[in-house]
Amino acid sequence: MSHSSTAAVSDSEQDVWNGGVSPLNASYGKLMMWFFLLSDAFTFSGLLVTYGLVRSAHKAYDGAVEAFTFSHAYWPIPERVFDAVPFLHGVSLPLVFVGIMTFVLIMSSVTMVLAVEAGHRMDRAAVEKWMLWTILGGIAFLSCQAWEWTHFIVGTENGTTIKEIVNGEWITRTIYGASLVENQYGPADFADFFFFITGFHGFHVFSGVLLNFLIYYRTVTGMYDRRGHYEMVEKVGLYWHFVDLVWVFVFTFFYLV
Amino acid sequence: MEHSHEPQVTVLPPNKEKIKKLWTVAGILGIITAIEFAIAFSVPHGTFKTFVFVVMTIVKAGYIVGEFMHLKYEAKVLFWSILIPMIFVVWMLVAFVYEGMKISDVHF
Repeated sequence: MSHSSTAAVSDSEQDVWNGGVSPLNASYGKLMMWFFLLSDAFTFSGLLVTYGLVRSAHKAYDGAVEAFTFSHAYWPIPERVFDAVPFLHGVSLPLVFVGIMTFVLIMSSVTMVLAVEAGHRMDRAAVEKWMLWTILGGIAFLSCQAWEWTHFIVGTENGTTIKEIVNGEWITRTIYGASLVENQYGPADFADFFFFITGFHGFHVFSGVLLNFLIYYRTVTGMYDRRGHYEMVEKVGLYWHFVDLVWVFVFTFFYLV
Repeated sequence: MEHSHEPQVTVLPPNKEKIKKLWTVAGILGIITAIEFAIAFSVPHGTFKTFVFVVMTIVKAGYIVGEFMHLKYEAKVLFWSILIPMIFVVWMLVAFVYEGMKISDVHF
């Protein structure tokens, strides 16, 4: 923005190695944010690729969806694991809650991009308004995730009864909910990947909310007006959209497929 | 703190065209997610379903990165230096899932 305009080169003979030129036509901050996001994308890819490997190495459930029961013998169908919605106890609503979470995050991405647009116009009031909506969306998403995790950890009312050999004898035991060691839904790896992937994403959302709040605070105190541009909104916006982007992939690979 | 000389800021009017475009993109993302939902409960599990989901996810990702993150309008070198590494990652995902399926064949 303002960087590139000050970097206008009047003399075409200017040495490009002596400063005054923005590489790739992007400001230093934005370029570094892109590099960071690429590296962060590698981290998430690492998690998702490992998930893909481990899941496809497990036995898949091949019966009818209606007849599905939890078992350690095969990987569970996600829609039968994530079918609870707050205040609707005992009603099976597959993927409804996670659908709401997805909608919330996409909407907060939209309000963020509207804040960026307002920043381009130096419209402080509009930036404040859209940043507040974005922060609200982030907090709503985190609250949903807290509920989802709680439900996942506590488990269903009846749990899952398994038979196993302990000291050479068959015993039956009921497992409720999930931990990193074992869970009632399926193989231990299933819950482990759930905790790691959605947890790592949730932590990104959390730090995103903190950054969004910082930007909001600095907008309210007039810092960007004094600075003469709202590029920080744009940079943090890139991060926030990335968080939304990752969720799009988590939603597909963890909940839909 | 006291700011005796607040800067003179010229606020420009909203760019209606741009805002409309952003809402259009938001609408497209919403509709694709709704269709994904419909497919989740109407198409039987299998390779075809997975393929459709992956394609729709990539379309959504394209809109988010291209329009919201503005990558489509950045310098072409920047665009490709982000995209090319991710294409390799997609290949990595395909290779590892295939590997996992072979492991599954050996085990079960």
